[in-house]
Amino acid sequence: MDLEYGEEYERFREAVRIFLKGWPLQGEEAELPMEEQEAIFRKRGIEAGFVYRHIPREYGGSGQPSDALEDQIIVEEFFRAGAPRDLSTQGAGMLAPTLIEFGTEEQKRRYVPPALTGEELWCQGYSEPGSGSDLASLQCQARLEGDEWVINGQKIWTSSAQRAHMMFGLFRTEPDARKHEGISYLLVPMDTPGIEVRPLREMSGGYEFNEVFFTDARIPAANIVGQRGQGWQVSRATLVHERNLIGNPFMMRDAFNDLVALARSRQRNGRPAIEDPHVRQRIAEIEGYVRTSETSNLRQLTAAKRGEMLKAMRPMMMNKIFSTDTMQRIMECAYDLLGGDGVLAPSEEELDTWGRKTTSTGWVLQYMFSLGPAIAGGASNIQLNIIGERGYGLPRDLRRSG
Amino acid sequence: MDFGLSEEQEMLQETLRGFVGNECPTTRLRELFDAGDGHDPALWSALSEMGMAGLIVPEEHGGAGLELLDLALAGEVLGESALPGPLLGHSLASLGVLLRGSASQQSAILPGLASGEQIATIAVQESEFAWAPRDWTAKLDGDRVSGVKTIVGHAALADRMLVGLQGGELAWVDPKGGGVEIEPMNGVDRTRPFATVTFRSAPAERLEGGQGAASRLTDAAAVLLAADAFGAATRLIDLDVAYSLSREQFGQPIAQFQAIKHTIARLATDMEPSRALWWYAAYALDHLPEEASRAASLAKAHITDRATHAARESVELHGGYGFTWECEVQMWFKRIMFDRSFLGTPEQHRERCAELGGW
Repeated sequence: MDLEYGEEYERFREAVRIFLKGWPLQGEEAELPMEEQEAIFRKRGIEAGFVYRHIPREYGGSGQPSDALEDQIIVEEFFRAGAPRDLSTQGAGMLAPTLIEFGTEEQKRRYVPPALTGEELWCQGYSEPGSGSDLASLQCQARLEGDEWVINGQKIWTSSAQRAHMMFGLFRTEPDARKHEGISYLLVPMDTPGIEVRPLREMSGGYEFNEVFFTDARIPAANIVGQRGQGWQVSRATLVHERNLIGNPFMMRDAFNDLVALARSRQRNGRPAIEDPHVRQRIAEIEGYVRTSETSNLRQLTAAKRGEMLKAMRPMMMNKIFSTDTMQRIMECAYDLLGGDGVLAPSEEELDTWGRKTTSTGWVLQYMFSLGPAIAGGASNIQLNIIGERGYGLPRDLRRSG
Repeated sequence: MDFGLSEEQEMLQETLRGFVGNECPTTRLRELFDAGDGHDPALWSALSEMGMAGLIVPEEHGGAGLELLDLALAGEVLGESALPGPLLGHSLASLGVLLRGSASQQSAILPGLASGEQIATIAVQESEFAWAPRDWTAKLDGDRVSGVKTIVGHAALADRMLVGLQGGELAWVDPKGGGVEIEPMNGVDRTRPFATVTFRSAPAERLEGGQGAASRLTDAAAVLLAADAFGAATRLIDLDVAYSLSREQFGQPIAQFQAIKHTIARLATDMEPSRALWWYAAYALDHLPEEASRAASLAKAHITDRATHAARESVELHGGYGFTWECEVQMWFKRIMFDRSFLGTPEQHRERCAELGGW
C-alpha cells in the first residue's frame, strides 16, 4: 500500500495543473456566453489529451491509452479547478462510447463528433409506460418497410426530449423473437414527422422529462446500431466498462463540504448550527459514509490499475446505491438545517439552474432532486437484487415473463 | 498510488484463516465460548509460533517488524473467526512499549512479548466514558502506581499490564508484584474476558524515553476494534446467506423473498465498501500522522455502528433460532457489542471527529 502517486504521475498531475491555468478564460474570451467558453476550453482539453480520452482522435476525442490513475488525476484536478471536462450528456456519455464499439464507420464519423461537442443534443429512448425496471418487456415497435423503419408506440421519462436533435433508443423490431432478442438499437431524428413530445411536470416544479409519442414515424433503415435483435446487448455494453463501474466520489465530497458550510453559516440557539451536539453527530455520521466512498474508490482504482477487477467486484456493484443513499443523507440533513425555510418553494429561475446550494430554496430543490438517482438508471431496489444475486449468490427473482 | 494489499498481506490473512479453520473451527469455538476463559494455551502458543504475538515488534527484538495495517488485517481474521485469546491487548501493550519505552526498556520487555512467552494487556479505560489519555487519572508516585482501571482484557491471565497514567503517560506493571487486585467482570463477549483492576501503590516502571503520544495507542486500538467488528459482521453476512438458502418457508428458500434478499444486500452494502475505511485508517497510523487520529475515530464510529446494525438484523433474519444460545450468531453479535462499546462509543468518536475537524 502506498498512497503516493509517484514521480511519473506527479509529473502528469503537474502538466494537468499547468493546463488548467487556462481556466477561467481571460480577456475577450471571458466576455463570451458561458456555454461558448466551456466549448472553447473543452476543445483545448481534447488537443492537450485530457478530455474524451477514451474516444479516438478521428472521431473527435483525444484517444489516450487507458490508465485508471491518469484518469483519476484529471477528474480530481478539473474538479478542483471547476473546469469543463467531458460532457455528461446522454450523447457524449452513452451514445458515443456505444457507437465506438458497435457503430459503422459512417455512423461514428457522422454522430460522434457533434455529440462530444454538444452541438447535436441526444436523448435516450428506453423506458416506456409499461416497461421500467423490466425494460426488456418494451413494446414500442419499429417495423421495416422497404428502406425505412416505421415506428409506433410511446417512450416516457425522456429527459431533454424537448430540446434534443436525436434520440437513441430501444425498439421492438422482431415481435416473434424472445423478449431480449427482439429488440434493436435505433437512431431517431427528433424532427421526424409523426413524433410528438409532451412535457411532464416534475414534483420539483420543473419540466425536464417528457413523454414521446410515435405515430408512423419513418427513419432510414441504416439508422440501426449493431444487428437486428442485438439492441439489448448494444445498450448494455457501455454500462460494463470499468471506467463506468468505478465510483466517482467527488460530487459527494462537494455536497458534503457544502453541508458543513451550511451548518457553519446557519444559526441555532444563537450559535452556529455546527456547534450544536446533535448537528455535529449527524454530520460526522454522514462523513463516515463519504469517507467510505472515497476510500472504496481508491481501492477500486488500484484493482483496475493492477488488472485485478474481480477483487473489487462487490464494492463496484455497490457504488450506485451507496452514493445515492449517501447523497440523500446529505440532503436530508441539509434540509433540516433550514428549519422553517424548508417550507419554501424554489423560484422559476432556480428551477432553470437546478438550484444553487447557497439559498434555502436552492437546498430545497436539491433535497427533492436527490431522489432522482434512486429511480433513474436502475432503481435502488433493482440494485439490491443485483448485489444479492451476483454478489452473494442469492437466488434470482422470479421472472414471470420472457 | 496503490491502495491494495500486497501478496504478503494476502498471504498473512490466508495463512491465519487456514490456521483458524483447522485449530478453532466453530465446534471448538463453541466449547471455548461456553467455558468463558477466552483462552486456549495450545492455540496461543501455536499463534505465537506463527509470529502473531510479535507481529509489530521490530525484528531486532524478535518480532516480525510489520506495520499496524498488517496487525489490523490479522485483526479482521480474528473478528471473522471470533477467535478467543489475548492478542488484542497483547499487541497494543507492545505498541505502548514501542511508543514510550526507552531503548533499554524495549530491549528488556519486547522479546518476551514477541515470542508469546509473556502475555500482556492494556489497562486504560477508567469508567463508562473515560478511556482517552486525557481522561486518565491513575497516578505514579515514585515507582508505585495507584488507580482503578476497567475492562482490562484477559487481566487474570496477563503477565504484564500497560497502565495509562495521568498526563498521558504509561507504566509497565507486573500484576503479581503486589498491590494489584483483579476483579473479573461478567462480560457478554466470552471470547475476550476482562476485569476491573485496582492498583494500590503497586510496583510499576514508568515508560520513558520514547517520543510517541499515548493517543497513538488508543487510535491503534480504535482501528483494531473496527477491523475486528468488520470481520465479525462479514462473517454474520455469510451466515445470513447460508441460513437463508437452507431455511424453507412457503415451499421455497427464504432467500427467494426480496424482504430477505434486500436485507442481506443492504447489510453487505453497509459493510463491504467500509473495508477500505479501516484499511485507510490503519495505513494512516504508520504513514499519515496528521490524519491518523481522525481517520481512526471515523473508522471506529462508522464500522462498529454499521456492524451493530448488521448483527441485530442477523439475529432477526435467523428467526426464533437466532435468539437462542445455540445459534452461532450470538458469538459474533457479542464480539461486535464489545468492539463498539470498549474504548469509546460511536457517539464519542464522532464528537472527536468534529473537534479534530475544527467544527
